[in-house]
Amino acid sequence: MRATEKMICIICPMGCNLTVTREGTTVLRTEGNTCKQGLTFAEAELTDPRRMVATTVRVKGAIHPLIPVYTEKPFPKPRIFDLLREVCQLEIEAPVAMNQVVLENALGEGINIIASRDMPRMST
Amino acid sequence: MAKQLKSQYDVIVVGAGPGGLAAAISAKKNGADDVLMIDRDLELGGILLQCIHNGFGVDTFKEDLPGPSYAQRFIKEAQGVGIDYLLDSMVLDVTSGRKVFVTGTRGGFKELQARAIVIAMGCRERTRAQIGIPGPRPAGVYTAGLAQRWVNVEGYMPGKRFVILGSGDIGMIMARRLTFEGAKVERVLEVMPYLTGLSRNYVQCLMDFDIPLQLRHTVKRIIGKDRVKAVEAVQVDDRWRPVPGTGEMIPCDTLLLSVGLIPENELSQKAGVILDPMTNGPFVDDGFATNIPGVFAAGNVVHVYDLVDWVTKTGLTAGRRAAMFAQGHCNENPVFVPTAAGENIRYVVPHRIDPETLTQDTIMLQMRVTQPMEEAVLVRVTDGDTLIAKKRERYVRPGEMVSLKLRERDYDSVRHAKELRVSVAPL
Repeated sequence: MRATEKMICIICPMGCNLTVTREGTTVLRTEGNTCKQGLTFAEAELTDPRRMVATTVRVKGAIHPLIPVYTEKPFPKPRIFDLLREVCQLEIEAPVAMNQVVLENALGEGINIIASRDMPRMST
Repeated sequence: MAKQLKSQYDVIVVGAGPGGLAAAISAKKNGADDVLMIDRDLELGGILLQCIHNGFGVDTFKEDLPGPSYAQRFIKEAQGVGIDYLLDSMVLDVTSGRKVFVTGTRGGFKELQARAIVIAMGCRERTRAQIGIPGPRPAGVYTAGLAQRWVNVEGYMPGKRFVILGSGDIGMIMARRLTFEGAKVERVLEVMPYLTGLSRNYVQCLMDFDIPLQLRHTVKRIIGKDRVKAVEAVQVDDRWRPVPGTGEMIPCDTLLLSVGLIPENELSQKAGVILDPMTNGPFVDDGFATNIPGVFAAGNVVHVYDLVDWVTKTGLTAGRRAAMFAQGHCNENPVFVPTAAGENIRYVVPHRIDPETLTQDTIMLQMRVTQPMEEAVLVRVTDGDTLIAKKRERYVRPGEMVSLKLRERDYDSVRHAKELRVSVAPL
Protein backbone atom coordinates (compact mmCIF):
# COMPACT_ATOMS: atom_id res chain seq x y z
CA MET A 1 0.00 0.00 0.00
CA ARG A 2 1.37 3.37 -0.95
CA ALA A 3 1.58 5.92 1.83
CA THR A 4 3.35 9.15 2.62
CA GLU A 5 4.65 10.24 5.96
CA LYS A 6 6.54 13.10 7.52
CA MET A 7 9.93 12.53 9.11
CA ILE A 8 12.63 14.75 10.47
CA CYS A 9 16.07 13.61 9.43
CA ILE A 10 18.48 13.38 12.36
CA ILE A 11 21.70 12.67 10.48
CA CYS A 12 23.01 16.20 10.93
CA PRO A 13 21.96 19.29 12.91
CA MET A 14 20.07 20.73 9.92
CA GLY A 15 17.13 18.43 10.68
CA CYS A 16 15.50 18.43 7.24
CA ASN A 17 11.73 17.92 7.15
CA LEU A 18 11.20 14.93 4.91
CA THR A 19 8.09 13.82 3.11
CA VAL A 20 8.57 10.12 2.49
CA THR A 21 6.52 8.23 -0.06
CA ARG A 22 6.68 4.50 0.58
CA GLU A 23 5.26 1.19 -0.50
CA GLY A 24 5.31 -0.92 2.66
CA THR A 25 8.82 -0.46 3.97
CA THR A 26 10.26 0.43 0.57
CA VAL A 27 10.96 4.12 0.07
CA LEU A 28 9.78 5.29 -3.33
CA ARG A 29 10.66 8.96 -2.95
CA THR A 30 11.82 11.49 -0.38
CA GLU A 31 11.23 15.21 -0.63
CA GLY A 32 12.60 17.98 1.54
CA ASN A 33 16.04 16.48 2.12
CA THR A 34 18.99 18.68 1.18
CA CYS A 35 21.39 15.78 0.74
CA LYS A 36 21.24 12.11 -0.18
CA GLN A 37 21.62 11.05 3.46
CA GLY A 38 17.94 11.93 3.85
CA LEU A 39 17.02 8.93 1.70
CA THR A 40 19.37 6.66 3.66
CA PHE A 41 17.81 7.86 6.90
CA ALA A 42 14.23 7.33 5.68
CA GLU A 43 15.04 3.80 4.48
CA ALA A 44 16.66 2.90 7.79
CA GLU A 45 13.78 4.37 9.81
CA LEU A 46 11.32 2.10 8.03
CA THR A 47 13.34 -1.11 8.23
CA ASP A 48 16.00 -0.93 10.96
CA PRO A 49 15.90 2.30 12.99
CA ARG A 50 19.10 2.93 14.90
CA ARG A 51 20.39 5.57 17.29
CA MET A 52 23.69 6.50 18.82
CA VAL A 53 23.47 5.73 22.54
CA ALA A 54 25.52 7.59 25.13
CA THR A 55 25.54 6.80 28.82
CA THR A 56 27.97 6.41 31.72
CA VAL A 57 29.79 3.52 33.39
CA ARG A 58 31.10 3.38 36.95
CA VAL A 59 34.84 3.82 37.21
CA LYS A 60 37.13 3.13 40.18
CA GLY A 61 40.20 5.14 41.09
CA ALA A 62 39.49 8.18 38.91
CA ILE A 63 38.74 11.81 39.75
CA HIS A 64 35.08 11.17 38.86
CA PRO A 65 32.85 8.25 39.84
CA LEU A 66 31.62 7.84 36.23
CA ILE A 67 33.09 7.74 32.77
CA PRO A 68 31.02 8.65 29.70
CA VAL A 69 30.71 5.91 27.07
CA TYR A 70 28.90 5.51 23.75
CA THR A 71 28.07 3.07 21.01
CA GLU A 72 30.72 3.27 18.31
CA LYS A 73 27.96 2.91 15.72
CA PRO A 74 24.20 3.53 15.83
CA PHE A 75 22.47 0.81 17.85
CA PRO A 76 19.11 -0.85 17.05
CA LYS A 77 16.47 1.42 18.56
CA PRO A 78 14.19 -1.33 19.96
CA ARG A 79 17.08 -2.71 22.04
CA ILE A 80 18.30 0.54 23.62
CA PHE A 81 16.88 -0.22 27.06
CA ASP A 82 18.27 -3.77 27.01
CA LEU A 83 21.64 -2.23 26.22
CA LEU A 84 21.36 0.28 29.06
CA ARG A 85 20.54 -2.50 31.53
CA GLU A 86 23.65 -4.35 30.42
CA VAL A 87 25.92 -1.31 30.56
CA CYS A 88 24.73 -0.29 34.00
CA GLN A 89 26.16 -3.55 35.42
CA LEU A 90 29.68 -2.59 34.40
CA GLU A 91 32.39 -1.16 36.56
CA ILE A 92 35.85 -0.46 35.21
CA GLU A 93 39.17 0.58 36.66
CA ALA A 94 41.06 3.79 35.90
CA PRO A 95 43.12 4.70 33.96
CA VAL A 96 40.84 4.58 30.94
CA ALA A 97 41.81 5.80 27.47
CA MET A 98 39.45 7.45 25.01
CA ASN A 99 38.00 4.89 22.55
CA GLN A 100 38.92 2.02 24.88
CA VAL A 101 36.38 -0.78 24.50
CA VAL A 102 34.27 -0.96 27.63
CA LEU A 103 31.86 -3.61 26.37
CA GLU A 104 32.61 -5.71 23.31
CA ASN A 105 29.93 -6.79 20.85
CA ALA A 106 27.11 -5.43 23.00
CA LEU A 107 24.08 -7.79 23.08
CA GLY A 108 25.63 -9.64 20.16
CA GLU A 109 24.84 -6.75 17.82
CA GLY A 110 28.46 -6.45 16.70
CA ILE A 111 28.77 -2.97 18.17
CA ASN A 112 31.31 -2.05 20.84
CA ILE A 113 30.70 0.40 23.66
CA ILE A 114 33.70 2.70 23.95
CA ALA A 115 34.93 5.36 26.38
CA SER A 116 34.32 8.97 25.32
CA ARG A 117 37.42 10.34 27.02
CA ASP A 118 40.62 9.58 28.86
CA MET A 119 40.28 9.26 32.58
CA PRO A 120 43.59 9.12 34.40
CA ARG A 121 44.10 7.30 37.64
CA MET A 122 43.72 9.69 40.54
CA SER A 123 47.08 10.63 41.98
CA THR A 124 47.03 10.13 45.72
CA MET B 1 49.76 22.62 33.60
CA ALA B 2 51.83 25.77 34.11
CA LYS B 3 54.94 24.57 35.89
CA GLN B 4 56.30 28.01 36.53
CA LEU B 5 53.78 30.78 36.16
CA LYS B 6 55.18 33.80 34.35
CA SER B 7 54.10 37.30 35.24
CA GLN B 8 53.62 38.31 31.63
CA TYR B 9 51.96 36.50 28.70
CA ASP B 10 51.38 37.30 25.06
CA VAL B 11 47.83 35.98 25.28
CA ILE B 12 45.80 35.02 28.34
CA VAL B 13 42.60 33.09 27.68
CA VAL B 14 39.96 33.16 30.41
CA GLY B 15 38.01 29.90 30.24
CA ALA B 16 39.11 26.54 28.83
CA GLY B 17 35.93 25.29 27.21
CA PRO B 18 35.72 24.85 23.44
CA GLY B 19 35.97 28.61 22.77
CA GLY B 20 38.98 29.10 25.02
CA LEU B 21 40.76 25.96 23.82
CA ALA B 22 40.38 26.97 20.16
CA ALA B 23 41.49 30.53 20.91
CA ALA B 24 44.57 29.40 22.84
CA ILE B 25 45.62 26.89 20.16
CA SER B 26 45.08 29.43 17.41
CA ALA B 27 46.99 32.16 19.30
CA LYS B 28 49.94 29.82 19.76
CA LYS B 29 49.93 28.70 16.13
CA ASN B 30 49.78 32.30 14.97
CA GLY B 31 52.95 33.36 16.69
CA ALA B 32 52.05 34.10 20.32
CA ASP B 33 54.86 32.41 22.25
CA ASP B 34 53.48 32.54 25.77
CA VAL B 35 49.84 31.57 25.98
CA LEU B 36 48.05 30.85 29.25
CA MET B 37 44.57 29.40 29.75
CA ILE B 38 42.84 29.84 33.09
CA ASP B 39 39.85 27.77 34.18
CA ARG B 40 37.98 27.41 37.44
CA ASP B 41 37.33 23.68 36.94
CA LEU B 42 39.76 20.87 37.77
CA GLU B 43 40.06 19.86 34.12
CA LEU B 44 40.23 21.46 30.69
CA GLY B 45 37.20 21.10 28.42
CA GLY B 46 34.43 23.14 30.03
CA ILE B 47 30.80 22.13 29.76
CA LEU B 48 31.55 19.68 26.93
CA LEU B 49 32.69 17.21 29.58
CA GLN B 50 29.14 16.88 30.86
CA CYS B 51 27.59 16.78 27.37
CA ILE B 52 28.06 13.05 26.96
CA HIS B 53 25.56 12.76 24.09
CA ASN B 54 26.62 12.50 20.47
CA GLY B 55 26.24 15.12 17.78
CA PHE B 56 29.40 17.14 18.21
CA GLY B 57 31.97 17.71 15.51
CA VAL B 58 29.90 16.81 12.44
CA ASP B 59 31.16 20.02 10.85
CA THR B 60 34.69 20.26 12.34
CA PHE B 61 35.75 16.61 12.14
CA LYS B 62 33.07 15.11 9.85
CA GLU B 63 32.43 12.72 12.71
CA ASP B 64 29.60 12.32 15.18
CA LEU B 65 31.33 12.58 18.56
CA PRO B 66 30.19 12.86 22.16
CA GLY B 67 31.12 16.13 23.91
CA PRO B 68 34.02 14.73 25.94
CA SER B 69 35.66 13.26 22.80
CA TYR B 70 35.30 16.56 20.98
CA ALA B 71 36.90 18.36 23.93
CA GLN B 72 39.70 15.85 24.24
CA ARG B 73 40.91 16.42 20.69
CA PHE B 74 41.44 20.09 21.49
CA ILE B 75 42.87 19.38 24.96
CA LYS B 76 45.50 17.10 23.42
CA GLU B 77 46.30 19.68 20.79
CA ALA B 78 46.62 22.46 23.35
CA GLN B 79 48.95 20.32 25.41
CA GLY B 80 50.86 19.30 22.29
CA VAL B 81 51.60 22.85 21.15
CA GLY B 82 52.77 23.83 24.63
CA ILE B 83 50.06 26.05 26.03
CA ASP B 84 50.31 26.73 29.75
CA TYR B 85 47.19 26.38 31.83
CA LEU B 86 46.07 27.11 35.30
CA LEU B 87 43.19 25.03 36.67
CA ASP B 88 41.07 25.23 39.81
CA SER B 89 41.66 28.97 39.57
CA MET B 90 39.25 31.86 39.44
CA VAL B 91 39.83 35.07 37.54
CA LEU B 92 38.65 37.82 39.85
CA ASP B 93 39.25 40.79 37.64
CA VAL B 94 40.35 41.81 34.17
CA THR B 95 41.30 45.44 33.54
CA SER B 96 41.24 47.55 30.40
CA GLY B 97 45.02 47.67 30.78
CA ARG B 98 44.96 43.88 30.28
CA LYS B 99 45.91 42.89 33.79
CA VAL B 100 44.41 39.64 35.01
CA PHE B 101 43.94 38.98 38.71
CA VAL B 102 43.56 35.32 39.51
CA THR B 103 43.34 33.19 42.62
CA GLY B 104 43.42 29.46 43.30
CA THR B 105 43.98 27.08 46.16
CA ARG B 106 47.39 25.97 44.91
CA GLY B 107 48.85 29.08 43.30
CA GLY B 108 47.34 31.69 45.60
CA PHE B 109 46.66 35.21 44.39
CA LYS B 110 48.48 36.36 41.26
CA GLU B 111 48.58 39.48 39.15
CA LEU B 112 49.36 38.74 35.50
CA GLN B 113 49.93 41.06 32.57
CA ALA B 114 48.80 40.11 29.05
CA ARG B 115 49.49 41.74 25.70
CA ALA B 116 46.10 40.43 24.59
CA ILE B 117 43.23 38.73 26.39
CA VAL B 118 40.57 36.37 25.05
CA ILE B 119 37.48 36.19 27.22
CA ALA B 120 35.86 32.77 26.81
CA MET B 121 33.71 32.30 29.89
CA GLY B 122 30.82 30.79 27.96
CA CYS B 123 27.29 31.26 29.19
CA ARG B 124 25.07 30.59 32.17
CA GLU B 125 21.64 29.12 32.53
CA ARG B 126 18.67 31.27 33.31
CA THR B 127 17.20 30.30 36.65
CA ARG B 128 13.82 30.24 38.32
CA ALA B 129 14.43 33.78 39.61
CA GLN B 130 14.88 35.08 36.07
CA ILE B 131 11.59 33.71 34.79
CA GLY B 132 9.65 34.43 37.97
CA ILE B 133 7.67 31.27 38.69
CA PRO B 134 5.45 31.96 41.71
CA GLY B 135 4.85 29.59 44.58
CA PRO B 136 6.89 28.16 47.44
CA ARG B 137 10.54 27.26 47.12
CA PRO B 138 10.85 23.53 47.75
CA ALA B 139 13.86 21.39 46.80
CA GLY B 140 13.59 19.85 43.36
CA VAL B 141 13.77 22.88 41.06
CA TYR B 142 17.02 22.83 39.11
CA THR B 143 18.44 24.09 35.86
CA ALA B 144 18.83 21.40 33.22
CA GLY B 145 22.59 21.91 32.94
CA LEU B 146 23.05 21.44 36.67
CA ALA B 147 21.10 18.19 36.50
CA GLN B 148 23.27 17.20 33.54
CA ARG B 149 26.42 17.71 35.60
CA TRP B 150 24.98 15.65 38.46
CA VAL B 151 23.78 12.76 36.32
CA ASN B 152 26.67 12.55 33.86
CA VAL B 153 29.70 13.55 35.90
CA GLU B 154 28.99 13.29 39.59
CA GLY B 155 26.62 10.33 39.56
CA TYR B 156 23.53 11.70 41.32
CA MET B 157 19.94 11.38 40.15
CA PRO B 158 18.10 14.56 41.15
CA GLY B 159 14.64 12.95 41.10
CA LYS B 160 12.35 10.21 39.80
CA ARG B 161 9.48 12.02 38.13
CA PHE B 162 10.29 15.07 36.05
CA VAL B 163 8.65 17.97 34.30
CA ILE B 164 10.93 20.00 32.05
CA LEU B 165 10.19 23.61 31.28
CA GLY B 166 11.68 24.75 27.99
CA SER B 167 12.25 22.92 24.72
CA GLY B 168 15.86 24.04 24.34
CA ASP B 169 18.43 21.43 23.41
CA ILE B 170 19.68 20.86 26.95
CA GLY B 171 16.14 20.27 28.21
CA MET B 172 15.33 17.74 25.50
CA ILE B 173 18.68 15.98 25.85
CA MET B 174 18.14 15.73 29.60
CA ALA B 175 14.66 14.32 29.04
CA ARG B 176 16.25 11.41 27.16
CA ARG B 177 19.14 11.07 29.57
CA LEU B 178 16.85 10.87 32.62
CA THR B 179 14.67 8.32 30.81
CA PHE B 180 17.82 6.25 30.19
CA GLU B 181 18.55 6.36 33.91
CA GLY B 182 15.12 5.03 34.79
CA ALA B 183 13.26 8.25 35.56
CA LYS B 184 9.88 9.19 34.15
CA VAL B 185 9.69 12.45 32.25
CA GLU B 186 6.05 13.44 32.37
CA ARG B 187 6.11 16.43 30.08
CA VAL B 188 8.18 19.06 28.33
CA LEU B 189 6.50 22.47 28.36
CA GLU B 190 7.40 25.29 25.98
CA VAL B 191 5.97 28.79 26.31
CA MET B 192 6.68 29.68 22.67
CA PRO B 193 4.45 28.37 19.87
CA TYR B 194 7.49 26.59 18.40
CA LEU B 195 10.34 24.32 19.46
CA THR B 196 13.33 26.34 20.65
CA GLY B 197 15.96 23.62 20.21
CA LEU B 198 16.98 21.64 17.13
CA SER B 199 14.33 19.49 15.45
CA ARG B 200 16.64 16.45 15.48
CA ASN B 201 16.60 16.57 19.25
CA TYR B 202 12.83 16.60 19.26
CA VAL B 203 12.94 13.36 17.25
CA GLN B 204 15.69 11.48 19.05
CA CYS B 205 15.08 12.75 22.59
CA LEU B 206 11.31 13.18 22.89
CA MET B 207 9.49 11.37 20.06
CA ASP B 208 11.61 8.22 20.38
CA PHE B 209 10.56 7.83 24.02
CA ASP B 210 6.98 9.13 23.75
CA ILE B 211 7.71 12.14 25.95
CA PRO B 212 4.92 14.65 25.35
CA LEU B 213 5.79 18.21 24.32
CA GLN B 214 3.24 20.97 24.87
CA LEU B 215 3.82 24.22 23.04
CA ARG B 216 2.30 27.49 24.34
CA HIS B 217 2.43 26.07 27.85
CA THR B 218 4.27 27.10 30.96
CA VAL B 219 4.47 26.42 34.68
CA LYS B 220 2.01 28.58 36.53
CA ARG B 221 2.80 27.37 40.00
CA ILE B 222 5.04 24.97 41.88
CA ILE B 223 3.37 22.87 44.57
CA GLY B 224 5.25 21.35 47.53
CA LYS B 225 6.72 22.47 50.81
CA ASP B 226 10.00 20.61 51.37
CA ARG B 227 10.09 18.88 48.00
CA VAL B 228 8.27 19.52 44.72
CA LYS B 229 5.00 17.54 44.70
CA ALA B 230 3.52 18.80 41.46
CA VAL B 231 3.56 21.68 39.04
CA GLU B 232 0.53 23.42 37.63
CA ALA B 233 0.92 23.71 33.87
CA VAL B 234 -1.14 26.21 31.97
CA GLN B 235 -1.71 27.24 28.37
CA VAL B 236 -0.69 30.79 27.47
CA ASP B 237 -1.92 33.27 24.88
CA ASP B 238 0.20 35.29 22.45
CA ARG B 239 1.33 37.57 25.25
CA TRP B 240 2.24 34.69 27.56
CA ARG B 241 -0.81 35.27 29.78
CA PRO B 242 -2.36 32.13 31.28
CA VAL B 243 -5.55 31.09 29.51
CA PRO B 244 -8.23 30.68 32.22
CA GLY B 245 -9.52 27.17 32.70
CA THR B 246 -6.49 25.46 31.13
CA GLY B 247 -4.59 24.68 34.34
CA GLU B 248 -3.46 21.09 34.83
CA MET B 249 -1.73 19.53 37.84
CA ILE B 250 1.19 17.33 36.87
CA PRO B 251 2.48 15.24 39.80
CA CYS B 252 6.30 15.19 39.83
CA ASP B 253 9.21 15.50 42.25
CA THR B 254 11.52 17.57 40.10
CA LEU B 255 11.16 20.53 37.75
CA LEU B 256 14.05 21.15 35.37
CA LEU B 257 14.45 24.53 33.76
CA SER B 258 15.83 24.79 30.25
CA VAL B 259 14.79 28.35 29.68
CA GLY B 260 17.71 29.93 27.96
CA LEU B 261 21.37 30.71 28.28
CA ILE B 262 22.95 34.08 28.91
CA PRO B 263 26.52 34.96 27.92
CA GLU B 264 28.61 35.25 31.07
CA ASN B 265 30.15 38.72 30.97
CA GLU B 266 30.71 39.83 34.53
CA LEU B 267 34.47 39.92 33.98
CA SER B 268 34.21 41.55 30.57
CA GLN B 269 32.27 44.41 32.07
CA LYS B 270 34.94 44.93 34.71
CA ALA B 271 37.39 45.46 31.85
CA GLY B 272 35.05 48.08 30.36
CA VAL B 273 33.72 45.87 27.56
CA ILE B 274 30.41 47.22 26.27
CA LEU B 275 27.61 44.69 25.85
CA ASP B 276 24.86 44.49 23.27
CA PRO B 277 21.54 44.25 25.15
CA MET B 278 20.16 42.00 22.38
CA THR B 279 22.83 39.30 22.75
CA ASN B 280 24.06 40.06 26.30
CA GLY B 281 27.52 39.65 24.79
CA PRO B 282 30.13 42.21 23.76
CA PHE B 283 29.86 44.32 20.63
CA VAL B 284 32.44 42.68 18.39
CA ASP B 285 34.04 43.17 14.99
CA ASP B 286 34.81 40.40 12.49
CA GLY B 287 37.95 39.49 14.46
CA PHE B 288 35.90 39.25 17.66
CA ALA B 289 37.68 42.29 19.08
CA THR B 290 35.63 44.11 21.70
CA ASN B 291 35.64 47.87 22.24
CA ILE B 292 38.64 47.51 24.59
CA PRO B 293 41.87 47.29 22.58
CA GLY B 294 43.48 43.89 22.99
CA VAL B 295 40.43 42.24 24.53
CA PHE B 296 38.84 39.61 22.27
CA ALA B 297 35.85 37.35 22.86
CA ALA B 298 35.41 33.70 21.86
CA GLY B 299 32.41 31.41 21.80
CA ASN B 300 29.22 31.63 23.84
CA VAL B 301 30.43 34.71 25.71
CA VAL B 302 29.58 36.61 22.47
CA HIS B 303 26.19 35.05 21.80
CA VAL B 304 24.85 31.60 22.41
CA TYR B 305 25.62 29.30 19.48
CA ASP B 306 23.60 26.25 18.48
CA LEU B 307 26.67 24.18 17.69
CA VAL B 308 30.06 23.76 19.28
CA ASP B 309 31.59 23.73 15.82
CA TRP B 310 30.77 27.43 15.57
CA VAL B 311 32.21 28.09 19.00
CA THR B 312 35.44 26.49 17.81
CA LYS B 313 35.47 28.54 14.61
CA THR B 314 35.01 31.85 16.43
CA GLY B 315 37.62 30.80 18.99
CA LEU B 316 40.11 30.19 16.20
CA THR B 317 39.44 33.65 14.77
CA ALA B 318 39.58 35.41 18.15
CA GLY B 319 42.80 33.60 19.08
CA ARG B 320 44.50 34.45 15.79
CA ARG B 321 43.53 38.11 16.09
CA ALA B 322 44.66 38.19 19.71
CA ALA B 323 48.06 36.79 18.64
CA MET B 324 48.29 39.43 15.89
CA PHE B 325 47.44 42.16 18.38
CA ALA B 326 50.04 40.85 20.85
CA GLN B 327 52.65 41.05 18.09
CA GLY B 328 51.53 44.47 16.92
CA HIS B 329 50.23 43.17 13.56
CA CYS B 330 46.75 44.64 13.44
CA ASN B 331 45.11 46.98 11.00
CA GLU B 332 45.80 50.20 12.89
CA ASN B 333 42.96 52.35 11.61
CA PRO B 334 40.18 50.17 10.34
CA VAL B 335 37.19 51.90 8.74
CA PHE B 336 34.40 49.74 10.08
CA VAL B 337 31.07 49.14 8.39
CA PRO B 338 28.30 48.44 10.93
CA THR B 339 25.86 45.58 10.54
CA ALA B 340 22.18 46.07 11.32
CA ALA B 341 19.17 43.88 12.00
CA GLY B 342 16.42 44.39 9.39
CA GLU B 343 13.11 42.65 8.82
CA ASN B 344 12.59 39.53 11.00
CA ILE B 345 16.16 39.64 12.30
CA ARG B 346 16.73 39.89 16.03
CA TYR B 347 20.46 40.52 15.89
CA VAL B 348 23.55 40.20 13.72
CA VAL B 349 27.04 39.17 14.89
CA PRO B 350 29.60 40.63 14.29
CA HIS B 351 28.32 44.12 14.94
CA ARG B 352 30.82 45.76 12.61
CA ILE B 353 33.26 44.56 10.03
CA ASP B 354 36.54 45.78 8.62
CA PRO B 355 36.16 45.41 4.82
CA GLU B 356 39.94 44.85 4.52
CA THR B 357 39.42 41.44 6.12
CA LEU B 358 37.70 40.35 2.91
CA THR B 359 40.96 40.76 0.96
CA GLN B 360 42.37 37.79 2.91
CA ASP B 361 39.47 35.91 4.40
CA THR B 362 35.73 35.36 4.37
CA ILE B 363 33.48 36.86 7.06
CA MET B 364 30.53 34.93 8.44
CA LEU B 365 27.51 37.00 9.43
CA GLN B 366 25.37 35.13 11.95
CA MET B 367 21.81 36.01 12.77
CA ARG B 368 18.85 34.92 14.78
CA VAL B 369 15.40 35.50 13.39
CA THR B 370 12.54 36.89 15.46
CA GLN B 371 9.75 34.77 13.98
CA PRO B 372 9.85 31.30 12.44
CA MET B 373 9.05 31.12 8.71
CA GLU B 374 8.26 27.62 7.50
CA GLU B 375 8.70 28.38 3.81
CA ALA B 376 11.53 29.23 1.45
CA VAL B 377 13.00 32.62 2.33
CA LEU B 378 15.66 34.95 1.04
CA VAL B 379 18.24 36.31 3.46
CA ARG B 380 19.54 39.60 2.06
CA VAL B 381 22.36 41.93 3.01
CA THR B 382 21.62 45.40 1.74
CA ASP B 383 22.90 48.94 2.01
CA GLY B 384 19.93 51.17 1.22
CA ASP B 385 18.79 49.95 -2.21
CA THR B 386 22.01 48.14 -2.98
CA LEU B 387 21.99 44.36 -2.64
CA ILE B 388 25.36 43.18 -1.35
CA ALA B 389 24.80 39.49 -0.72
CA LYS B 390 21.92 37.03 -0.52
CA LYS B 391 21.21 33.49 0.43
CA ARG B 392 18.22 31.19 0.12
CA GLU B 393 17.05 29.22 3.11
CA ARG B 394 14.36 26.56 3.06
CA TYR B 395 12.97 27.90 6.33
CA VAL B 396 14.15 29.98 9.27
CA ARG B 397 13.55 29.35 12.96
CA PRO B 398 14.62 31.32 16.04
CA GLY B 399 16.24 28.18 17.45
CA GLU B 400 18.53 27.73 14.46
CA MET B 401 21.11 30.36 13.68
CA VAL B 402 21.25 31.71 10.15
CA SER B 403 24.70 32.18 8.61
CA LEU B 404 25.72 34.13 5.54
CA LYS B 405 29.25 34.30 4.23
CA LEU B 406 30.76 37.48 2.81
CA ARG B 407 33.53 36.77 0.32
CA GLU B 408 36.35 38.52 -1.44
CA ARG B 409 34.04 39.29 -4.37
CA ASP B 410 31.91 41.36 -1.98
CA TYR B 411 34.88 43.53 -0.97
CA ASP B 412 34.09 46.52 -3.19
CA SER B 413 30.44 46.74 -2.32
CA VAL B 414 31.12 46.27 1.40
CA ARG B 415 33.86 48.89 1.36
CA HIS B 416 31.48 51.47 -0.07
CA ALA B 417 28.55 50.55 2.16
CA LYS B 418 27.30 52.71 5.02
CA GLU B 419 25.77 49.71 6.73
CA LEU B 420 25.10 46.03 6.10
CA ARG B 421 21.46 45.48 6.88
CA VAL B 422 20.36 41.87 7.03
CA SER B 423 16.73 40.97 6.49
CA VAL B 424 14.69 37.85 5.85
CA ALA B 425 11.55 37.70 3.73
CA PRO B 426 9.58 35.02 1.91
CA LEU B 427 10.89 34.32 -1.59
